[in-house]
Amino acid sequence: MLELKRITKVFNEGTADEKIALRGIDLTLAPGDFVTVIGSNGAGKSTLMNIISGRLSPDTGEVWINGRNVTALKEHARARYIGRVFQDPMAGTAPHMTIEENLALAYNRTKRRTLSLGVTKQKREWFRETLRTLHLGLEDRLAAKVGLLSGGERQALSLLMATFTKPDLLLLDEHTAALDPARAELVTELTKQIVEQHRLTTLMVTHNMEQAIRLGNRLIMMDGGQIIFVAEGKEKEGLTVERLLEAFQRIRGSQFASDRAVLSS
Amino acid sequence: MFSSVEAGLIYAVMALGVYLSFRILDFPDLTVDGSFVTGASVAAVLIVNGANPFAASAAALLAGFAAGVLTGLLHTKGKINPLLSGILMMIALYSINLRIMGKSNVPLLQQETVITKITAAWQQAGLDAALNQLVSFTGFAPRTWAVLVSMAIVTLMVKGLLDWLLKTEVGIALRATGDNKPMVASFSANTDWLIVFGLGLSNALVAFSGALVAQYGGFSDVGMGIGMIVIGLASVIIGEALFGARSVARATWAVIGGAIVYRLILALALRVEFLETGDVKLITALIVMLALVVPNILATQKERQRKKRRARQLDRGETVAGAKTNYKSV
Repeated sequence: MLELKRITKVFNEGTADEKIALRGIDLTLAPGDFVTVIGSNGAGKSTLMNIISGRLSPDTGEVWINGRNVTALKEHARARYIGRVFQDPMAGTAPHMTIEENLALAYNRTKRRTLSLGVTKQKREWFRETLRTLHLGLEDRLAAKVGLLSGGERQALSLLMATFTKPDLLLLDEHTAALDPARAELVTELTKQIVEQHRLTTLMVTHNMEQAIRLGNRLIMMDGGQIIFVAEGKEKEGLTVERLLEAFQRIRGSQFASDRAVLSS
Repeated sequence: MFSSVEAGLIYAVMALGVYLSFRILDFPDLTVDGSFVTGASVAAVLIVNGANPFAASAAALLAGFAAGVLTGLLHTKGKINPLLSGILMMIALYSINLRIMGKSNVPLLQQETVITKITAAWQQAGLDAALNQLVSFTGFAPRTWAVLVSMAIVTLMVKGLLDWLLKTEVGIALRATGDNKPMVASFSANTDWLIVFGLGLSNALVAFSGALVAQYGGFSDVGMGIGMIVIGLASVIIGEALFGARSVARATWAVIGGAIVYRLILALALRVEFLETGDVKLITALIVMLALVVPNILATQKERQRKKRRARQLDRGETVAGAKTNYKSV
């Protein structure tokens, strides 16, 4: 479903600030794969996400989605295949527009936008049904401005907007990091439900090791722009935070360093 | 006063254009100063050369669209900052407008215009007499009702079209572009083209308004657009402050109301003894400044009083009102 071939990216090449963000990343996600990504500071997780979504273009290497080489496709064109949720709850929604208008915008991700009404009776009914699955009561607030929602509600809505059109690939970029533990837990639970329900191919970056172990069928650890550790199937099920940290130290010969990492929840 | 309302209705079309760029796209587009005159000159030159005034007004609309598209391209493809893109187009249009007119002023006094045509048809139908009778109890009888009524219809049609457009799939993407641009790209809409289209539409309305103003005033002049963006902003800001902007339909009503109120304020201000017509721009700028600053001052004062009240309450040992915790999960 997703194939990354020898992706490299260097920032500020040839200056004192030169930073090699990615050094030849190869990664393949089969349909239905749910891969979690953890890594220390500056490991290249965000750069990787931005290269897959098309916000950044790689220096070398190719991005394939669904058997199609999308490396040259611009961000908005590539978005036809990709649903995304960002870390910042403000980033995924339009605050001055209503819940139903936000959903209508998301609804058109895979379709050409026309001059027909964005919110029809039919769509409104469908939006209401879909919102009901969140159990947040948002189905009764279709005409409320999204800016009035709490961070958790907005992030749940973003998740719904990214997934209800069943994208080929779902990218979650630390989407629970800005929430307090209770709300993070709720959004995590929703993520699990939705991904399972639609069998979405998912790549999730997280700062929460426990979450990375609990969710998905594969875990990868990044450091210094490389994938340094992969755990799958049985091996992943047996993982603990301690073992992950041990693995990191064994491979890199240094302590896992991240100012935001949550070792357990 | 009556003519202020007439002018207000015509300028309201321009204000709706400014609303589209300034509020919907969050793009302070200074092209307006130039495209307003472009509309006026295209219409004036075509009319002088014998074109049908309605066709000439439509041509003005298209010329404005083209100007807006160029500003949009400068910003999106040329990666020039929004203000500078607008300023560059505004200055370029000054020369282009001179070229279109061939001189700095084209009079339309002896020409058939949209205004004269409508007025003639109106008077033939004898509608003035009917309307005058209707309001006879006020003892008020204008020269003709034709301009007021026809311009109200035009403005309401533009408002209706704009309201409808902003509810369509394209319109929702347009509004979201001004609200959260990166997010719109992540939902597969090309924000570059949306901005280009939005600015084109905005300047089309501005130029159309310019064409009507030229026909209403009886001339097109290369300097008639100076400060037009500020007048547009004044209308938008006054309207929103007076009538609110909870929804798009409400906001467009407010903008029309704001445009009329602005003309009325201006007419009243000019009645003051020592003010001259040349002071119009200063008055406009002051109106916008006041409209922007006064709400802030009022809010600060209110906040200060609230804090004082709180402090007094605490001094008297009362519990603080409204401090009850009201937790809501998620």
